Amino acid sequence: MKIIKFFISVFFLINFSFSDSNAKNLEIEITKNLRCLICQGQSVYDSDSEFANSLKILVNKKLDEGLSEKQIYDYLKSRYGEWILYDPQFSKNTYFLWLLPILMFFVGGAIIFRLYNKN
Amino acid sequence: MKIKIFPIFLITAFLIIFFVFYKGLQNSNIYTPEIKSEIKIPNFQTKEFFSKEKINSDKIFMGSEYYLLNIWASWCVPCKEEHKYLMNLSKKENIKMIGQNYKDNFDNAKNFLIDLNNPYDLIFLDNDGTIAIEWGAYGVPETFLIKNNQIIKKIIGPLNDKLFFEIKELTK
Repeated sequence: MKIIKFFISVFFLINFSFSDSNAKNLEIEITKNLRCLICQGQSVYDSDSEFANSLKILVNKKLDEGLSEKQIYDYLKSRYGEWILYDPQFSKNTYFLWLLPILMFFVGGAIIFRLYNKN
Repeated sequence: MKIKIFPIFLITAFLIIFFVFYKGLQNSNIYTPEIKSEIKIPNFQTKEFFSKEKINSDKIFMGSEYYLLNIWASWCVPCKEEHKYLMNLSKKENIKMIGQNYKDNFDNAKNFLIDLNNPYDLIFLDNDGTIAIEWGAYGVPETFLIKNNQIIKKIIGPLNDKLFFEIKELTK
């Protein structure tokens, strides 16, 4: 019985802390995935430039308007291009980038397989 | 036969990698967004600079003449450099000059216009910088030439002689 009570209380505690910070977490997650165009190499979340600060306000506004994470990315992509995202999406320009590791995995696997069979 | 394939493969792989990285060395690693033209102007709500009255963007860009939207601020040094070009363009009758005052202090901005004259037919406020993002801008100054609700030219950075004549040519 004690164990069940313990788990229930842990469950509630986790739930409370998550429900409170969900919106803020999403905003942080989005701004961490955005590249700052002024101080290139930094994310919008880390940067304190005028552009990054405005972008943080804008992301917040768009989330309040009910836009999803993907809609916000699309919105920014249409204005600044794919480059603004740290996590590039799958498209004809990036398929090589995404498929190369898988390709290398298979090539490596084939080499190992052949060497193993030879022995 | 099998032994020979491996070194050849290794050398070609090395050469390809060398070539790719060598090429990459010369690339600039500063990104500027692609300048896409013929895109529709955004829709937003803002306030007029002097009267602080609310206006909607479609009211500002309603007409069929050319609009030159200039994002400026009194704290922006390149804005002072390009000011003479804006003054010159404001004399052209078929261009309506629109100013977007970016993250500025009202008194400083007003003094800027008193000192250097006001080239704008209308100025609206962008206090938190979010309207600049709607335009796809990321700094000051940026200039957009607009006709029939479409951006026909976007200029990042201050105007210069070459860009000035280009705008004159486009708005003939």
